[in-house]
Amino acid sequence: MSLDKATVARISRLARIATTEEEQERLAGELGGILAWVEQLGEVDTDGVEPMTSVVEMLLKSREDVVSDGGIADDVVRNAPKSAHGFFVVPKVVE
Amino acid sequence: MTDLTDLSIAQARDLLAKGDLSSKELTQAQVTSMEGKRELNAFITETPDKALEMAEASDTRRAKGETGKLEGIPVAIKDLFCTKDVLTTAGSHILDGFRPFYESSVTTNMFREGAVMLGKTNLDEFAMGSGNLTSYYGGAINPWRAKGDNRNLVPGGSSGGSASAVAGRMALGATGTDTGGSIRQPAAFTGIVGLKPTYGRCSRWGIVAFASSLDQAGPMTRSVRDSAIMLGAMAGHDPKDSTSADIAVPDFEEGLNGGVKGLTIGIPKEYRVDGMPEEIETLWQQGIKWLEEQGARTVEISLPHTKYALPAYYIVAPAEASSNLARYDGVKFGLRVESDDLTEMYEKTRAEGFGAEVKRRVLIGTYVLSAGYYDAYYLQAQKVRTRIADDFKQAWQQVDAILTPATPSAAFSADDPPSDPLAMYLNDVFTVPVNLAGLPGISVPAGLTGDGLPMGLQVIGKAFDEATVLRIGQSLEDAAGFDARPEGY
Repeated sequence: MSLDKATVARISRLARIATTEEEQERLAGELGGILAWVEQLGEVDTDGVEPMTSVVEMLLKSREDVVSDGGIADDVVRNAPKSAHGFFVVPKVVE
Repeated sequence: MTDLTDLSIAQARDLLAKGDLSSKELTQAQVTSMEGKRELNAFITETPDKALEMAEASDTRRAKGETGKLEGIPVAIKDLFCTKDVLTTAGSHILDGFRPFYESSVTTNMFREGAVMLGKTNLDEFAMGSGNLTSYYGGAINPWRAKGDNRNLVPGGSSGGSASAVAGRMALGATGTDTGGSIRQPAAFTGIVGLKPTYGRCSRWGIVAFASSLDQAGPMTRSVRDSAIMLGAMAGHDPKDSTSADIAVPDFEEGLNGGVKGLTIGIPKEYRVDGMPEEIETLWQQGIKWLEEQGARTVEISLPHTKYALPAYYIVAPAEASSNLARYDGVKFGLRVESDDLTEMYEKTRAEGFGAEVKRRVLIGTYVLSAGYYDAYYLQAQKVRTRIADDFKQAWQQVDAILTPATPSAAFSADDPPSDPLAMYLNDVFTVPVNLAGLPGISVPAGLTGDGLPMGLQVIGKAFDEATVLRIGQSLEDAAGFDARPEGY
């Protein structure tokens, strides 16, 4: 499996990580190497095998559908780089 | 009295109980040690004031007759656990200045049981690494050095700072987390005990998430008994983590000295990997002999899908990481690189905030989950994972536990690490299958290489059977009589 620079650029965009052309070049090699290595999984006979969804056999618990927390807006935004009036502040997204 | 930094948790507990020692004295000794050994870079944040305050509070509780399982015991906390009002970095630039307003469930449990926090230990960025080489704060250093060689060695990873703190006598124990070997490998590299419990034994709530179906917290200590004590204080059901197991936490110390007589121990033939040093193989044979001499029966078993564990792991873990790390976007906490455009702000923040290994894994994860590739990679990996878990299930028909080496080598030089990411990943070849199957595993120091570096043996057990894993660990510890310590520490 080899990856080209355009694919690296596409997945960087999907992952929202800016990459320079130089980095894309390097990453194409590194990621391609890793993907080539994981391709050996294709050798395993997995016909009729269920994909693992839970590593320990147990049922997820449900709880009462009641509010158990809240009223802590100030705490929630406390670590935000920018906040105002209990809201997170981001660059303008609508004109 | 012996040096207070040499005490085991069990010894300290007894001295505290007898009134021969106060938590404040014990804690002050660790603080002094921690402050005197900064060359090991074991801690990202030291919290000496908080430690002494907690120690005093513990002494006050004790005077009133209130004592928990870790009452007055000073420990270090891996900087992946959120700690209320204390900087929590995950070893990453992107969490700059993050002070959680809540406490992780595991540390909450430990503090309820009387533990004293000394500080937050160094780690690979977001726990992604096997050498403590990816921390934004520079790597922690192993207190051990090879004979006649002055080069610094890695303490392993990702819980390398915790390993270094415990092996370097700066804390009586430390928490770690283990996604693919991050407790057991550093424990083996530094000559201490590291236990990864069964998935679900400890709550993951408030631990910075890496790969949610694999992550598990556990103790790192200087003896098997100490790990049993510490796990008892860390474990337990937590409604805030839906995957935490709602089953009773046994007294792990009880039966610790029960021995291995009558147990059947599996020796997986697939763990004899190419290029494994002779010394590791010899140690493994020695471990088999020790258990047989104490009355266990050993049998060769087959775990046929072992060789596929690492490649499956390097699909599943990055896939889950790419999803978990989506939250670091410059909006809610930590670093933000400003831009007028929202998407560009995300991209620049994440480009500057994440290190090379984290980017690599997030990109791999994004790729294998992207449209058109999901079935070929992620789904196939999860099927292989079922196969790997089935291998173990098959083995449990025949054996009570499994004995393997903990790592394929001893600690390597910090200046000359494997240059290829794939070579680095091989460090976890013996530990990763255990995470994929959700099982408990312990690494126990069992011998030294010719260069004088520690090596560990791993015991793998059935789900929620940490008690047997610890009991076998105790037998190995008794037989090995490992009392070597790093020079100068």
